[in-house]
Amino acid sequence: MAITVPRPNLNWRERLYLPAIVAGLAITFKHFKNMIFGRTKVTMEYPEQKWDANLPEHYRGAPALVRDADGRVRCVACQLCEFICPPRAIKMVPGELPRTDRFAKVEKFPEEFDIDMVRCIFCGLCEEVCPEQAIFLRKDYAITGFTREDMVHRKDKLLEIGGVMHGVVLKWNEKK
Amino acid sequence: MPPLLFWIFALLMLVFGAAVVINRNPVASALSLVVSFLGLAALFMSLDAYFVGIIQVLVYAGAIMVLFLFIIMLLDLRAEKLRKINWLASAGGLLVALALLMQIFYVVGNLHAAQEKFPPLVGSTTDDVRNIGLLLFDNYNAPFQIVGILVLVATVGVVLLSKREVR
Amino acid sequence: MDTFFVTTSLLKILGILFLVILPMVSYAVYAERRVSAFMQDRLGPNRVGPAGLFQPVADVAKLLLKESFSPANVNTFYYWLAPCLALIPALITIAVVPFGSTLFGVPMVIADVNVGILYVFAVASLGVYGIVLAGWASNSKYPFLGGVRSSSQMISYELSLGLAVIPVFLVVGNLRLTSVVRYQIEHGWFIAPFIGDWTNIGKWLLTIPMFISFVVFMIAVFAETNRLPFDLPEAEQELAGGYHTEYAGMKFALFFLGEYAAMISGSALVVTLFFGGWHFPGIPDGAHGWVFGLINIALFFAKVAIVIFIFMWVRWTLPRFRFDQLMRLGWLFFFEIALVNIFVVAGIMAFLPT
Repeated sequence: MAITVPRPNLNWRERLYLPAIVAGLAITFKHFKNMIFGRTKVTMEYPEQKWDANLPEHYRGAPALVRDADGRVRCVACQLCEFICPPRAIKMVPGELPRTDRFAKVEKFPEEFDIDMVRCIFCGLCEEVCPEQAIFLRKDYAITGFTREDMVHRKDKLLEIGGVMHGVVLKWNEKK
Repeated sequence: MPPLLFWIFALLMLVFGAAVVINRNPVASALSLVVSFLGLAALFMSLDAYFVGIIQVLVYAGAIMVLFLFIIMLLDLRAEKLRKINWLASAGGLLVALALLMQIFYVVGNLHAAQEKFPPLVGSTTDDVRNIGLLLFDNYNAPFQIVGILVLVATVGVVLLSKREVR
Repeated sequence: MDTFFVTTSLLKILGILFLVILPMVSYAVYAERRVSAFMQDRLGPNRVGPAGLFQPVADVAKLLLKESFSPANVNTFYYWLAPCLALIPALITIAVVPFGSTLFGVPMVIADVNVGILYVFAVASLGVYGIVLAGWASNSKYPFLGGVRSSSQMISYELSLGLAVIPVFLVVGNLRLTSVVRYQIEHGWFIAPFIGDWTNIGKWLLTIPMFISFVVFMIAVFAETNRLPFDLPEAEQELAGGYHTEYAGMKFALFFLGEYAAMISGSALVVTLFFGGWHFPGIPDGAHGWVFGLINIALFFAKVAIVIFIFMWVRWTLPRFRFDQLMRLGWLFFFEIALVNIFVVAGIMAFLPT
């Protein structure tokens, strides 16, 4: 059903438009003047002023891999993140641990782990799906590079961003 | 104005005047006509007739040709295909044109004024705008007013015609 | 035609074009961005050089280095011709505007022709070709609509533009722009008669129609230069940029520069006709020394800068008109006001000998 919007009846002063135009000009000039004399609080000038300290706890920045307290890569190359990643930014080549390794019977490890930051949409599904709590979204947001190649984070880069995580895997306990 | 400039502008005018006819694309023809008008205006100015020259640009190049272009573009005329040239008709046309040219040369050559040397132009200090104004409003006031009424009638007629179409 | 005249004219043309107008155009773009930012509580471009003052250099470098691309199915010759046709009329308008008194005895006006204002209108009316051709040659519907809108808008507002200045020339009695300035030096600016012989009552009476004239002329200049609130030919939201939708790189920049050059020459005209040109009370003209000649030129361009600021101020305050509103305003409102204004001024001139 169509709704007829009632048009306001303007008196002659409003219909002249000039008072309204002058009022509008006065408003913009007031803003201009306040800005010139520095009385306006302006937006933050990003590269000089940053807001990093105030980022919320749940901020979703660059995804990164973490090591555990012993210095081992926590990722066991289960490839769940690779499958869940909506833009398919994650590429992983799983490898077998050498026989001599203590965990050779139970775990694999990622030989290569690439996240293409051009594709990544910072959705955090990889963090959500990871059974080992090996991948986390950190607070790094300024990810830059001169080429597309620069924008692909390799395994060492991911580990460098990620750092070390202490404690055991708590994920499923938390979910209970 | 040095004669060199006269020849340049005259040539410009003639070449683009011919281009109006030769071009198959209507927009190109209209633009050629504009350039031709500009050349004509330059020739007027070379005779120190600034007013006529500027009015030439203002009215013809600036207003009328814009309307022409507007209409051409709205009608979306495509470039015409080149037809086969009818040699007989072209030859006839050329003959008529040549005859006309000969006639003009003959008449101008036999004119008494053409034998005399052209009197030196009055210096550019004369205000041709003022002269035209004085002439129009003093000597030819009545015809000027009548033309004004004629134009007014035409304007009213145009308004009336366009209104009826809307209804 | 002696060598002195030719040399000084060439010097004036080159000086005014490359030392004043073109830098002014590029800095008008910068100023527009800064002013708009300030009016919206932002900062605007402030990175390149001190306070962003080298931003125009960076912009031009970027635009020059861009690929000069022409899309498929455009009419290539006219597509390339249109930007030139848009810029040139805007630049050559300045030829008849007196931008200073005298410098070393040379009058600071490039061509002091006796049809001054008519020349300006004639050249300004040629400016529409660039836009119309750009719209047509692009072979695309949005540019075409922009071109059509532009031509109808320019023709409509040329009437108000022409009629609005007639009162000025009725008073001056001469179409020469230098005599308009000379009249205003002797009798006070048209917009502010108290600067000249303020005891004359006729002058005060004339101020009212002169002010109306000024407002109508200013609005018509807004429409002629396609500035907001009359920027329908290039309305981004409706026409995706209008006549320069299909343009990129330096060709787009030429349109942009043409628009700003038209704004500058329009402002120069407003200053000359209503604000006394290069005159300021108390400052002598160039006959008293070359320093004063230079000061006069600086004064003229300072006034032009103020008018340009008004242009920007209005642009960032008012919303765009609808096209039928624009046409109605032009034909039913400003046209009539300008006409009545002429009669009023003529009446004052006839019954109140000054």
